[in-house]
Amino acid sequence: MTRLSDAFIADRPALVCFVTAGDPSVAATPAILDALVEGGADVIELGMPFTDPMADGPAIQAANIRALEGGVTTADILRIAKDFRARHPLTPLVLMGYANPMLRRGPEWFADALRDAGVDGVICVDVPPEEDDALGPALRNAGIDLIRLATPTTVGTRLGTVLNGAGGFVYYVSVAGITGKQQAQQSSIEEAVARLKGATDLPVVVGFGVRTPDQARAIGRVADGVVVGSAIVEIVADHGTAAAAPVAAYVQSLSAALADARKVSA
Amino acid sequence: MNAPNSFRAYPDERGHFGPYGGRYVAETLMPLILDLEREYRAAKEDPAFAAQFDDLLEHYVGRPSPLYYAERLTETLRDGAPAGMGAQVWFKRDELNHTGAHKINNCIGQILLAIRMGKTRIIAETGAGQHGVATATVCARFGLPCVIYMGAKDVERQQPNVFRMKLLGAEVRAVESGARTLKDAMNEALRDWVANVHDTFYIIGTAAGPHPYPELVRDFQSVIGREARAQLLDRTGRLPDLLVAAIGGGSNAIGLFHPFLDDRDVKMLGVEAAGEGLEAKHAASLAGGFPGVLHGNKTYLLQDDDGQIAEAHSISAGLDYPGIGPEHAWLKDSGRVDYTAVTDREALDAFQLLCRVEGIIPALEPSHAIAAVARKAKEMQSDSIILANLCGRGDKDIFTVAEALGVQI
Repeated sequence: MTRLSDAFIADRPALVCFVTAGDPSVAATPAILDALVEGGADVIELGMPFTDPMADGPAIQAANIRALEGGVTTADILRIAKDFRARHPLTPLVLMGYANPMLRRGPEWFADALRDAGVDGVICVDVPPEEDDALGPALRNAGIDLIRLATPTTVGTRLGTVLNGAGGFVYYVSVAGITGKQQAQQSSIEEAVARLKGATDLPVVVGFGVRTPDQARAIGRVADGVVVGSAIVEIVADHGTAAAAPVAAYVQSLSAALADARKVSA
Repeated sequence: MNAPNSFRAYPDERGHFGPYGGRYVAETLMPLILDLEREYRAAKEDPAFAAQFDDLLEHYVGRPSPLYYAERLTETLRDGAPAGMGAQVWFKRDELNHTGAHKINNCIGQILLAIRMGKTRIIAETGAGQHGVATATVCARFGLPCVIYMGAKDVERQQPNVFRMKLLGAEVRAVESGARTLKDAMNEALRDWVANVHDTFYIIGTAAGPHPYPELVRDFQSVIGREARAQLLDRTGRLPDLLVAAIGGGSNAIGLFHPFLDDRDVKMLGVEAAGEGLEAKHAASLAGGFPGVLHGNKTYLLQDDDGQIAEAHSISAGLDYPGIGPEHAWLKDSGRVDYTAVTDREALDAFQLLCRVEGIIPALEPSHAIAAVARKAKEMQSDSIILANLCGRGDKDIFTVAEALGVQI
């Protein structure tokens, strides 16, 4: 068992929470991560800022800019991760971001640095299975899960391609689009989750466009986990260095909704 | 088919040029990229596709473009050269194309692919506006709705092209994110595409982006080199000694170079934008960058130690991009093509020189190539031939040039 797989054994869907590292500052990030855990997050997704986040909507784009303007570096992100691991030995931590910052010093360097920092998995938006050689082997050799994304366009035989080499969980991107925009129809999510669960034993987690406890509860009835990102990032944008308390309160409302998600049958 | 050991046999089946190129895109786009590749393979085998492409290039674009011996430029450059030195300078006149640049060649090819794939909406990015104008033009020609993403800073400094695009029926969306220039426009076009994959075709303007774009843009632009090769053989009975072309993403250069890559005696020189100098702000990804991944491909990028992309700078908005097409990255590493860089100031001097001695107002992009030609010609024997691509005309640049020269118009 790994920290990541342990996050999905509870009798309720896992809550996966995203924030951008270094937003609003490197110094403020640890308290925000602690707030996610305090509010009930089961998995932490820590965004690695990038100058060109082409899969992200306005909220996370702005977070990337704030973080980079605040001077966050790769070394800062690794230190944030390592310190988080020391404070929270059991909470899985996943890095999410884009290929270029991850590959800058070579995939082996990156994988070793993540292992040293106690990071459990990586989501890389722009390394699809076709380019797995660029990152996948190095991560797997270091014992780090490469979490793959499936989308509404991942159909037919392609699903097998995506699942080959996948680890941790499968992240279902519920809308063809960018982060934080529209939400998918519940029926299309249910259909996709059923299809994915028929093809893999990995937990299936649903994200993109999830904002309210009710949405999270509805998705949690069918999925193994729910990702919330842009909505948390917007709280950080509004409250800056004082964001920890409102973030904890918001995450608490999500985790409370997920706690009873499976008590009502789908 | 290409012979083994050919420089023309790339990319491989996964879209790689050596370590460069590839398909570094979000999963949502991957099935569409694979569809595009299948459709492009089929189109390549379809004589009807080639016939329609050739017909439009001839009657709509105005091809073949002339090959011109720049006699007075040649003589002017010989004036400053040692006796017996000073190569003949010939220009491939792609600035005479409809819309004033080579960009239209590629847009014709891609819109035919879009129609073949049943797509009903076109998007594109643009920097200076030349690719945006060319895209808006083919969309008007084929009656497809068109959205052009353009950095807000570029919208401000390229108003004439913005108005041209609007006249042609395109919607121009000013991009306020990032540095508000070309790379941000490309990010925004990718965000649009990922949300509209079902009906939208993305006409990428240069030989970059995810496979198969670098290959298909190169193939559509290779009409430049094929024509030039045949024209020069016809006029002089020989091949050129040196090809020269400016490089932003690199589509006019690869279009000129590719048909000559296996002519071992033909040397090639790609000219990047050195901006204010390679130690200052510039756009020379090969000279000042490192390999990395951006906008769907692995290639040389201007970036910092953490992989954050740097802002490019060139007086030429068309060269103002922090990356370069992956085939150029590979041709550099393989040594087949040499690359150099030319500053804003050198390009401005070359711009004025060509105006005065040849009566041709070049765009600022090929002005970089002309500056490199001026350097090289003096080092070559007078019986040698330089063939440079005059890839765009300078009407769009007169305001920029006036400002740089301190002239009020």
